[in-house]
Amino acid sequence: MEEQTTDQGGQGLGGALDLIRRMGEAAQQAADTPAAQVQVPVPVPDVATTVPVVPRPAAEAALQQLLDAAHGPDFLSLLAVFVLAIFVGYYVVWHVTPALHSPLMAVTNAISSVIIVGALIAAGMAVDNVSTVFGFLAVILASVNIFGGFLVTRRMLAMFRKKPR
Amino acid sequence: MDAFTSIMYLIAAICFIMALRGLSSPETARRGNFYGIAGMAIAILTTMFGPQVHNWWWILGGLAIGGAIGFVVAQRIQMTALPQLVAAFHSLVGLAAVFVALAAFYSPEAFGLLIPGTNEIRGVSLIEMSIGAAVGAYTFTGSVIAWGKLQGVISGKPLVFPFQHFVNLGIGLVLILLVVFFSIWEPGILLWLIIILALALGVLMIVPIGGADMPVVISMLNSYSGWAAAGIGFTLHNPLLIITGALVGSSGAILSYIMCKGMNRSFFNVILGGFGGEAAAGQAALADRTVKQGSAEDAAFLMSNASSVIIVPGYGMAVAQAQHALREMADLLKKQGVKVSYAIHPVAGRMPGHMNVLLAEANVPYDEVFELEDINREFAQADVAFVIGANDVTNPAAKTDSSSPIYGMPVLDVEKAKTVLFVKRSLGSGYAGVDNPLFYRDNTMMLFADAKKMVEDIVKAME
Repeated sequence: MEEQTTDQGGQGLGGALDLIRRMGEAAQQAADTPAAQVQVPVPVPDVATTVPVVPRPAAEAALQQLLDAAHGPDFLSLLAVFVLAIFVGYYVVWHVTPALHSPLMAVTNAISSVIIVGALIAAGMAVDNVSTVFGFLAVILASVNIFGGFLVTRRMLAMFRKKPR
Repeated sequence: MDAFTSIMYLIAAICFIMALRGLSSPETARRGNFYGIAGMAIAILTTMFGPQVHNWWWILGGLAIGGAIGFVVAQRIQMTALPQLVAAFHSLVGLAAVFVALAAFYSPEAFGLLIPGTNEIRGVSLIEMSIGAAVGAYTFTGSVIAWGKLQGVISGKPLVFPFQHFVNLGIGLVLILLVVFFSIWEPGILLWLIIILALALGVLMIVPIGGADMPVVISMLNSYSGWAAAGIGFTLHNPLLIITGALVGSSGAILSYIMCKGMNRSFFNVILGGFGGEAAAGQAALADRTVKQGSAEDAAFLMSNASSVIIVPGYGMAVAQAQHALREMADLLKKQGVKVSYAIHPVAGRMPGHMNVLLAEANVPYDEVFELEDINREFAQADVAFVIGANDVTNPAAKTDSSSPIYGMPVLDVEKAKTVLFVKRSLGSGYAGVDNPLFYRDNTMMLFADAKKMVEDIVKAME
């Protein structure tokens, strides 16, 4: 996932929302709306063109941004990853034997603390500010979970033994 | 994110999948846990050595403090208190998600969330951030309340007040509106407002749920902690967080589903709460019926002469810490050639699989422990069903009495055994507040005592 490749088209839904934020101004100064804002002259579907109230450049820009949102490579590919991972989780977890449901909860709890990744970035910024404090606190909380979660899972699993034969 | 980081994160994600996969059997589970640890180590080291981290002092300090706390707590915790521990851990994930979202909001440049060439955060990032923060905040307070109920700090009784559901629904709608406003206008105050409302909602949603519905609640919060992680993953454009969050989220959802099915209740029925609060209405009418009462010697005699005994443990066994004495009793019986097995109801205990862990702790081999659907047919051939600390999960009214609140719930067919021994403190009803007709049957013998004391007396009588 190359974040640097994010261009206007990659702004996804965010771009659309930024646009909505500016829609008010755009509507007022419809005439002034710079045509440059419309990057690619996309064929505008009838829906937009038949609405006479919205000035045409603004409508086109809005539509363009919405289309970008729908096709934004960033958000959509992440969404695909998300949905596929839910399916993987679904099939893997149904195979977990009911006897091990407690260790399952402990270990999922430990791995969900992978949000420590975000905390590390915040705590490791070059210049300290309020985010450093939030990051530091999050690192503490998540590492309690990581160490505690894996250790308690290990303790539980060590107890499961077969019948001595 | 550079290619090396992406690949390392992918490897970490695969490790996490392998960790869950390992839990399909106790033999592979230990290796699975190792995969989990390896995945986490890869994720942390990759990030620490990555281009986004410039300063290690805060990180190392945080890891040392948190790691030490986690280590000590996990080392000392008693297995009976496992559900509280898991609830407490969930609350930490939730709060950490809130902090990460706040950090991302106040330093968007560090996370690459700015619109290129401007000072504004991308709208979609604002949405993802506020959702991640809201789910995290909800998970935090919800888990704290669940912890309090399990620990006994807060009354396990459902706390209901008028218009509860409307208030909750209202807060939920306001939250959605605020997320929309926040994504458009971006003022920090709205993010704080979203967090505060979600914190309140977490409290309000969990207080009306009774103590024994906690297996569902913890599973649900387990799921939410996953969704919170996924929400933060979307904010930070981090596929590892998204994958892990999705795994955890679906795992928790499946566990909630299994628990609800074990009680024959819908998920909404459980989370709307209020169940088990009202006292049993029909109890007075049944009070004049007679029960057969036995002693430890009677029980020892009956079981020693049996050819097969099925033990049905419940939460009462955990409370009394009777699992070690119980295993001693089972060992004596096995020495005398009695076949001993254990029957576990899906909702026995206070979290999914709790009974299995407690029995394993007492060195009961896991191949003697069976799930409801695997053992239910064998009660008809068993000489003795030894029910210890369980009640509602054996209640035949669930099969016959359509007016019973637990009607339709899958139960263990203990009454089909030749003799049912019931270790219980009194004739009191179980959590569901339902009288158990099993107590008054001819083939039932009640053993009134503390579970641990009774089992120890039985062991003495056998020796």
